[in-house]
Amino acid sequence: MAQVSLHHVGKSFEGQKVVKGLDLVIPNGSFTVLVGPSGCGKSTTLRMIAGLENVTEGEIWIGEKKVNDVPPGKRDLAMVFQNYALYPTMSVFENIAFGLQNRGVPKQERKRLVAEIAEVVGLTPYLDRKPSQLSGGQRQRVALARAMVKKPQVFLMDEPLSNLDAKLRSQMRIELTSLHKQLGSTFIYVTHDQVEAMTMGDQIVVMNEGVIQQVASPISLYHDPENLFVAQFIGSPPMNIIHAQGTEAEHIGFRPEKVKLRSMAKEITSTAALKLEGRVITREILGSEVLYYLDTNRGRIIAKSSADEFIEEGILVELSVEEKDLYRFDKESGARVRHESIRLATGEQLGGIVS
Amino acid sequence: MREPSAVAESSPVAVTQVQEQTRPWSETLRPYLYVAPALLFFALFFFYPIVYMIYLSFQDWTLLNLEEMEWVGLDNFSTLFSDPDFHLVLKNTLIYTFLTVFLGIAIAFFLALWLNRKAKIYGLVQGAIFSPHIISLVSVSMLWMWLMDPQYGLLNAMLESVGLPPSTWLADPGTALYSLVLVSVWKVVGYNTLIFIAGLQSIPQDIYESAALDRSPAWRTLYKITIPMLSPTIFFLLVINTISSFQVFDTIYIMTQGGPVNSTNMLVYYIYEQGMDFYNGGIASAASVVLLGLAGVLTLFHFLFLAKRVHYR
Repeated sequence: MAQVSLHHVGKSFEGQKVVKGLDLVIPNGSFTVLVGPSGCGKSTTLRMIAGLENVTEGEIWIGEKKVNDVPPGKRDLAMVFQNYALYPTMSVFENIAFGLQNRGVPKQERKRLVAEIAEVVGLTPYLDRKPSQLSGGQRQRVALARAMVKKPQVFLMDEPLSNLDAKLRSQMRIELTSLHKQLGSTFIYVTHDQVEAMTMGDQIVVMNEGVIQQVASPISLYHDPENLFVAQFIGSPPMNIIHAQGTEAEHIGFRPEKVKLRSMAKEITSTAALKLEGRVITREILGSEVLYYLDTNRGRIIAKSSADEFIEEGILVELSVEEKDLYRFDKESGARVRHESIRLATGEQLGGIVS
Repeated sequence: MREPSAVAESSPVAVTQVQEQTRPWSETLRPYLYVAPALLFFALFFFYPIVYMIYLSFQDWTLLNLEEMEWVGLDNFSTLFSDPDFHLVLKNTLIYTFLTVFLGIAIAFFLALWLNRKAKIYGLVQGAIFSPHIISLVSVSMLWMWLMDPQYGLLNAMLESVGLPPSTWLADPGTALYSLVLVSVWKVVGYNTLIFIAGLQSIPQDIYESAALDRSPAWRTLYKITIPMLSPTIFFLLVINTISSFQVFDTIYIMTQGGPVNSTNMLVYYIYEQGMDFYNGGIASAASVVLLGLAGVLTLFHFLFLAKRVHYR
């Protein structure tokens, strides 16, 4: 177990900066998820921690040791790759034992350790097989076993579930989180899937264009985003944003589940801060909930509501959101603006379709 | 009259069975017709010459008088195997093949490891190493004859310039065969290197990253990962290099004509000599059968014993 710290870490490829001045502390024993869209620098960051990429600037510390110039094998970490990177010519046993062999672990001890790990991940019947004879899920387990058997201080995982089908992925998510609890090691996990990040991480690092946007727990990331990017990246469907127009200084955001829909025919008594009129374009029934896609004069809005009551497509409805559920973001920087008082709530100000 | 058709309509299974049983002969023949041109080509240009060569090896004949062929059974073979020159030829062929294949593959392997990098200079070196492969063997032979000339050659001049004794190269029975090996290795290395580089580039990079994280030392990564992953490439080169080395002719014909004292005489040149210079058509055919057999046995050996160790992805 060890804390991993990044001090002003940067990386450039052929003069192009892909990671810019990262300052990040990954606490000992945490399950930290680096999440962001493709090309945001999350995998590069992970690879720099692993030692597979050189650091252009800054320092990386694992525990009490600066590791900038330490080769990957001596950083006391293990990595699970996106496509597993198993050794195709070796059997499952040899794959798991290879790291131990290189560390000079005696043969008998190697056998014992591999058997132990194989039991944990359910690979005992497959030890003699080659990776090509295994299913995707089994290969994933070999990759995990290979990492676990070394008992590293830090586990690095680079989108390890992206090659699995949806069912197996959700199963492996649970297995990985329980494995983390069991081992208590530091896990650093890279994904572009915010659902994976939210369900697995206890600390989430949202990245975009090589810069950290926010570091927080899943709950506070969802309820208290620091900026427009995080607000839109986290949550499925994403937060609705009403972009500032004309003299308006701020963009306004609200979560789809916070939108209240009301048929226009009914009398309006709501005291909501934001009111819009919209027409249901289409709807998606998710089971217990329904997603409504609505066209308003401030753009497309998604509303999520219980499936107890359906609104038909083509119907004109009133959308309302309470003040406490509104988020405001600076028009220029996209940074969150936190007001004490209500400023932007009337229909007129929103270009609105009045209540 | 209506009954049979009613049955057929109500029972599609029965219809299919009936159709299968009475499939017109033209349909049965059709696939054979499609492959017939290829089969004919193969039979005419590959199979027939081999069979005819085997037939000729049992005859006493010369190219000068094809009318007077005489069946002599295994006489040609017994003459061949009792000829000490033929023993030397076989020995030369085996030494030459072994050295050319072994050195050609080993040198190319290490060159490929060195050249498999992304920089302009490596691309240039790759091109330079490959260039002998596209030069005609006749030019290559002439070039090396000059390089290896004991008196005026560049190689001896170089040896002398660093204080080493000059070599006799092609002029001495003790060094001539190895000089030919040098020429053919020089010619084949570029091609082999290119094939190895292609093989190396198809190995996923993350396997090496995984090995680095597993603290694998460089020699073990080479032995446990690179070589097994390249086994299909090695196997391919082994088979084609063995066959082409067995068939060496041009360099011998131009550079040594089998000499001095038969020290560079090898199977194909021996066959040529017997057939064209000595007019022993029968002996030449028998030696060709031996060549075919040897190449066949070696290829079979490769497939039976080495193919098992090859890892195909």
